[in-house]
Amino acid sequence: MSSRFRASLLALGLAAFALAACDREERHSRSKPLGETIPAGESPDTIWPAQGSPPPPDPRAKLYDNNAPAMAEGQFLYNQMNCVGCHSHGGGGMGPPLMDDEWRYGGRIDQIAATIAEGRPNGMPSWRGKLTDDQIWKLAAYVRSLSGQPSKDAVASRAESMSATTPQTLTPREPAHTSDTADQ
Amino acid sequence: MRLRGPVLILPLLLSGCDYQTYQSIFSGAAAEVRQFNILFVIFLVICAIMYALVIAFLIVAILRRHRAQANVVETGRHHESDPSMRTGLIAWGVLVATGLVALAIASFFTDRSMAKAAASEKLSITVTANQWWWDVQYNSAEASKTLRTANELHLPVGVPVRITLHSNDVIHSFWVPSLAGKQDLIPGRETDITIVPRQIGIYRGQCAEFCGTQHAHMALVVNVDTYADFLKWWGHQLHPASAPTAPLAQAGYRYVTTGQCATCHSIGGTSAGGRVGPDLTHLASRRTIAAGTMPMSKGNLYGWVEDPQSIKPGSRMPTIGLEPNQLHAVVAYLETLK
Repeated sequence: MSSRFRASLLALGLAAFALAACDREERHSRSKPLGETIPAGESPDTIWPAQGSPPPPDPRAKLYDNNAPAMAEGQFLYNQMNCVGCHSHGGGGMGPPLMDDEWRYGGRIDQIAATIAEGRPNGMPSWRGKLTDDQIWKLAAYVRSLSGQPSKDAVASRAESMSATTPQTLTPREPAHTSDTADQ
Repeated sequence: MRLRGPVLILPLLLSGCDYQTYQSIFSGAAAEVRQFNILFVIFLVICAIMYALVIAFLIVAILRRHRAQANVVETGRHHESDPSMRTGLIAWGVLVATGLVALAIASFFTDRSMAKAAASEKLSITVTANQWWWDVQYNSAEASKTLRTANELHLPVGVPVRITLHSNDVIHSFWVPSLAGKQDLIPGRETDITIVPRQIGIYRGQCAEFCGTQHAHMALVVNVDTYADFLKWWGHQLHPASAPTAPLAQAGYRYVTTGQCATCHSIGGTSAGGRVGPDLTHLASRRTIAAGTMPMSKGNLYGWVEDPQSIKPGSRMPTIGLEPNQLHAVVAYLETLK
C-alpha cells in the first residue's frame, strides 16, 4: 500500500465525514408541531421600538428558517390561502409587498409568524385557529424567502406557479429595515 | 433441479387466474376493456403462431445443419435449386402479410368502436388530481345539479361517460384497471377519457404516475350502478348537509365551521367553503377515508382527524392536535354527513 494510496483513502474518508455533516434540514411530517409557547389569546410581543433590545428568537425559528420542505409547503399555502390576492407573488397590491426590504412588523421569522397568526391593522386577517401553528410557520418561512433571506441552497429554483420574477435562487437578499435592530 | 424453473413460474401463472373484477385489467367490466381484451387475444394468437413457426423453422435448420456437409460455400441461391424451399418461402411471405393485415384490421375496428363511444357522450365528469386525492365534479347543464365530491366516482351502467382530467400540481395518471386504460392528468392541460361501464360493481382506481410521497395512497373508488340507482345517488348528493341535532354533533359543527377544518374543506349548506381540500358534504356516505387509505369507519375517522400525519405522512392535511372533547365532537359531526 503506497503512501499516496493511503493519503487518497484518508481524503476519501474525510470527504465522507464532511458529507455526513451536510444535514441541511429535516422534514417534520410525522412529529407533532411544537406546542404553543404562548397561551392562545395572548399575542406574543414581537414588536419592539428601535432602541429596545430584541428578545431572543422563538426556539421554533430554527426548525423552519432555511428549511426547504417548510418553504415549499409554505409556497403551496401561500397560493391556496390566497395570500396572492393581496400581496401578489411578493410584489404587493392591496397589501404591502413582501419582497422588498421594509418590514412594518419585523422581518424575523417569529415576527412574521406572529403577524400571520394575529393579523395586522388595515386588512391583514388573523389566521390563528384557521391554520395550524405548523402551517403558519411554514408560511412565514416562505414569506422570508421572497426577499431572499434564506440561503440559496434551500430555496426553490422554480416557482410552483407562473411567475414573472426571477427564480428564488437568484433573488437578491434585501437588507431588512425594521423597527428592531436584531441582525436578520 | 431442472424442475425449479417451471415450479417458480407456476405461482405467477396461477396468480393470473384471478377472476375478481375489483382491480383487474381482464375484468371486461367496461366496453373499452372488452374490446381491448379481444384485440389482445387476437394479437396473442397470431403472434404465438408466428413465433412457433419461426422456432420450428430454426430447430429444423439446426437439425439439418448436422446432416449437411462441412465447408460448403454459401451462394445464397439455394432457393433457386430447391423448388420445395422456394414454395415454402413464398408461403411464409404470404402468411406474414396475411397476419399483419389481420392485425391491422382488428386494431382498426377496435379503434373505431372506441372512438364511437367517445362521440356518444351522455354524462360529463371533471376529475382534478391533487397531491394526493381526487376532486370529482359532475357537470350538468343546470348549475343547480352540478355536484362536487371527492375520491369516489359513481357511474351508471351502459352509459358512455366522458371524464375530463386536470391536475392542480404535478402529473398524475387516472387508472381504473377494470374499466379503462391509463390517462395522464397534466397541470395546465386538459385530457379526457371515455368509459362505458358494462357490469355493475365496485372497482378500484389508482394514480399510476409517481406524484410524490403519498402516491401509493392516492386511490379512487368507482361504483357502477343501475341508471336509476345512479340518479338516486346524484339526487341525494345534491342535498346540503343536514343540520346536526345531537348536542355533541352540534359542538362538532361549530368547531368544523369556525376552526381550521373550514379553511380548506367545504360542506354544502354551511359556512365551510374552502376549496383546497376534499368536499365533505357527504363524507360519511363514502367507502374510504383519505383517497382509499383506510375504509370508512368511526375508529378510522378518529385516527385520521386526530393525526393525519402519522397515517399519511406528508399529506397536505395538518395534524391540528385536537383535544379529546373537540375530537369526539368533530367525529360525531362528521358521522352525520351521510
